[in-house]
Amino acid sequence: MKTTVIAHVLALALIPPLLLGVIRKTKAFVAGRRGPSLWQPYFDLLKLLRKEVALSAVTTGIFVLAPVVALVTAVMAGLLVPLGSFAAPVAFAGDFVLFAYLLALGRFFTASAALDTGSPFAGMGAAREVGFAWITEPALFFAFLALGRLSGSLSLDPMLRATGGGAWTQRPAPLVLAAAGVLIVLLAECSRVPVDDPSTHLELTMIHEAMVLDHSGPLLAVVEYGAAVKLFVLEALLLHLLAPAARIEGWPGFGLFVLGLLAIAAGVGVIESTMARLRLLHVPTLLTAAVLSCGFAFLLLGK
Amino acid sequence: MVPQDDLAAAALPLLVAAGCLLAASGVPGLLLRRRSSWGPRIATALTLAGSLVGLAGASLALGSAGGGTLEFASPVPGLRAGLAADALSAFFALPIFLVGGLGSLYGAAYWSPAHHPGRGRRLRLCYGLLLASLTFILLARDGVVFLVAWEAMALTTFFLVTTDEEEAAVRRAGWVYLLYSHASVLCLFALFALERQLTGDFAFRAIPADAPPGLRAAVFVLALVAFGIKAGAMPLHSWLPAAHAAAPSHVSALMSGVVIKAGIYGLVRTCGLLGSPPLGWGMTVLAVGSLAAFFGVLFALAQHDLKRLLAYHSIENVGIILLGLGLAMVGRSLGRPEWVALGLAGCLLHVWNHALFKSLLFFGAGSVAKATGTRDLELTGALARRMPATAFFFLVGAIAICGLPPLNGFVSELFVYLGLARAGLAPGTAWAAAPAPVLAATGALAVACFVKVYGIVFLGRPRGAAAETARESPPLMLAPMAVLALACVVLGAAPVLAVPALERASAAWARPPLAVPALASLVPLGWISAAALTLLAAVAALAAAVLPVCRRARRRAAALPTWDCGYAASSPRLQYSASSFAELVTSRFGWVLRPKVEAPRLQISPLDPPEGTLPGLFPAPAHFHSHVDDPVVDDLLAPAARRALRVTAAMRAVPRGQMQRYLLYVVAALVALLAWAVVAP
Repeated sequence: MKTTVIAHVLALALIPPLLLGVIRKTKAFVAGRRGPSLWQPYFDLLKLLRKEVALSAVTTGIFVLAPVVALVTAVMAGLLVPLGSFAAPVAFAGDFVLFAYLLALGRFFTASAALDTGSPFAGMGAAREVGFAWITEPALFFAFLALGRLSGSLSLDPMLRATGGGAWTQRPAPLVLAAAGVLIVLLAECSRVPVDDPSTHLELTMIHEAMVLDHSGPLLAVVEYGAAVKLFVLEALLLHLLAPAARIEGWPGFGLFVLGLLAIAAGVGVIESTMARLRLLHVPTLLTAAVLSCGFAFLLLGK
Repeated sequence: MVPQDDLAAAALPLLVAAGCLLAASGVPGLLLRRRSSWGPRIATALTLAGSLVGLAGASLALGSAGGGTLEFASPVPGLRAGLAADALSAFFALPIFLVGGLGSLYGAAYWSPAHHPGRGRRLRLCYGLLLASLTFILLARDGVVFLVAWEAMALTTFFLVTTDEEEAAVRRAGWVYLLYSHASVLCLFALFALERQLTGDFAFRAIPADAPPGLRAAVFVLALVAFGIKAGAMPLHSWLPAAHAAAPSHVSALMSGVVIKAGIYGLVRTCGLLGSPPLGWGMTVLAVGSLAAFFGVLFALAQHDLKRLLAYHSIENVGIILLGLGLAMVGRSLGRPEWVALGLAGCLLHVWNHALFKSLLFFGAGSVAKATGTRDLELTGALARRMPATAFFFLVGAIAICGLPPLNGFVSELFVYLGLARAGLAPGTAWAAAPAPVLAATGALAVACFVKVYGIVFLGRPRGAAAETARESPPLMLAPMAVLALACVVLGAAPVLAVPALERASAAWARPPLAVPALASLVPLGWISAAALTLLAAVAALAAAVLPVCRRARRRAAALPTWDCGYAASSPRLQYSASSFAELVTSRFGWVLRPKVEAPRLQISPLDPPEGTLPGLFPAPAHFHSHVDDPVVDDLLAPAARRALRVTAAMRAVPRGQMQRYLLYVVAALVALLAWAVVAP
């Protein structure tokens, strides 16, 4: 196997919890606290893996299967996105559809597992998750189609790497619009402020955390890790749109890309620190803005 | 080794024999006693035999790029009637025999004579006749045979829908269906008359390219309306949800999985004969498809009757099928054979896929309805514990209908996406990509809808007494579901198996023929299989790692409750209901869904009028009900008809039934005409 593929897989496997650590550290820094160590998410995962599982008697096999499917789909989606200037391990015409539908499969199982517990709070979270996702999905597709027009390709790898070269200097507007849309998609899909607050303590206001309230021990570790991988993948997508000008070939570029991911995590931390969570009924408006933003990006490239 | 040609020539006789066997399947039962158990057995056996013969015939015709043709003197003098089995007919015929055969097995247990002695004979007779008429619709090669078979299909379906005719809602569903069917047939009469004018006879011939554009457009519009009604294309769909919900479940499976595809077949066939279409036709079909897909799933989300919900999903899937057809037509207009190949492959493969997973889901819904005695989602719950096999098969169908990998729905949607994206990337046709984000939103809403269905019906805690005592269905009902679920997995993991059939059927579409590129060069068939198998293997491996831990946990503490967040008085009634789950989406679309709410008002002050309110400080139990009607029939056509009746009631006062007045009208009309003839130049 090529070393670049190994590097890709290792980065996909090891870095995601660090992104959570960076977000939390940034939030603590802005709030004037010292905050937990950057490596705390890793410690948390190890701790959870050593714990016992407590399973509600109401639950069925779906409850156990859901974290597994969510993690596997996130990792498979991660294999379709190139990191740095290295090609994605898997690329074929139409893989952007697979990317979106893999994440949808993870959502199907996570939301079903929430209803599996019979808890009203979990049901609330599931209803919100699927009730918002139907607006983020067209935004993502508009962004992909815009990139498709830019690159003349139907595969994510050339699509995302076509933003390099002169694209930013010649036609910056569509890329800015697409990046703004994808940022909103990222915040919504990864349950971040202003859509969802991952550190809230009130079940009534949660989305993702409410869905996984009943998961515990190693199952919770899989849930948390899968969510981190999803954050990593969507950040990589966003980074390709944001900073193609800084693209450097080879290993230095790869290292720089990983640093860029950490920088986006810090940016997400700043957004979380400086914004309040939106009222739930206003979230669709924000997501519609993402659709329009990506849609206009497509239209601008449509000539 | 039999030569290829002989095999091909055997296809048509086999298909005709299958049609005759199916038509005769219910007849012996008529001669037996009502409660006899032999009638159903003979009917099932004959239906199965007919289905197997039909499957063989259709496979032969598909395997050899078209079977023979058969011409015979028609009952109408001076006309020649013809039958033929080309690859396109055979492609549509395969699901008829598969779902029809499995449905008769399922029906033998679902509608057993012990439980339903009343209308079993009529049901089985019409079921066989419906399958036979569908077969002949596909084989017909001239307008007369087609119309006879079409009318037989429409009437047998009516009798099947009204099987439970003592219920008022069922009778109403039947009448609405019959009205729509008649409208469809009227359009078909006009369609075939026009075709005869353009081609010289009723045989399905390619319409000459030099035909007047207006007449060609008229043929297209008539086909879109006539076949659109049958297929349930929005906004001509209003008969469909009520009719599919009213019929017995195995008939619903057949109607939703197969019968509405007769409309798709008609549209595909007619569009193929029309030659290179103007760009606007393809755009129209794309627009209708987008509309049906999005609003179909939206209305499905707002339902809480399981079968009505599934019926609205048929409208969504017909929308996806039409997106494929529209793209193929756009590609034909603009001379882009690769769009034709992708669009048609997506359209046709989705026809198969929808037949598989939708009949699977309707079988599952029938099992739920039979086990709990209700189709209302709000009264079910936790059925996965009591009906594990049904729950598993339903889950497979749910994932497949959402178009999610690794199942078959993903493959056909990917074909459509690929075609739309290719068209959107080409210079000057960026608009053609517009349905892709609509399809994405549709897919995400389908996920929402089936999380709701699966989560409410099969997971959580039981919401009603019926759900607590449900029993698993008998093997005869589970086996057809298992076959369909397996087919969904196979087509999802190895779509390459369907490619030869798709290519042959696509080649039979366009008249005059059109060279289209090989599908394998356009779609990543190998990658789809690799992704599906990787997904299955990775999930299985990781689940195998997690499962022992969970099993130990269950053994150690068997009776743990769900964490109730400290709200100690948790009850099943506190769970999210089907309506509340969908509320976040449906509340945004109140302007199109127009939910009807029956809720009591609280009496705030003693001065409030007491009617319809809950009086006093300690109100008695009250009732809340909300439902979403169909907008076209219930909010548009029915009020319009009532208003028309009021207007015509005033006109009815004029005649009064007196012969003298009628004579006066005739004389007056005659004088007026004479005067006009004199005055007019």
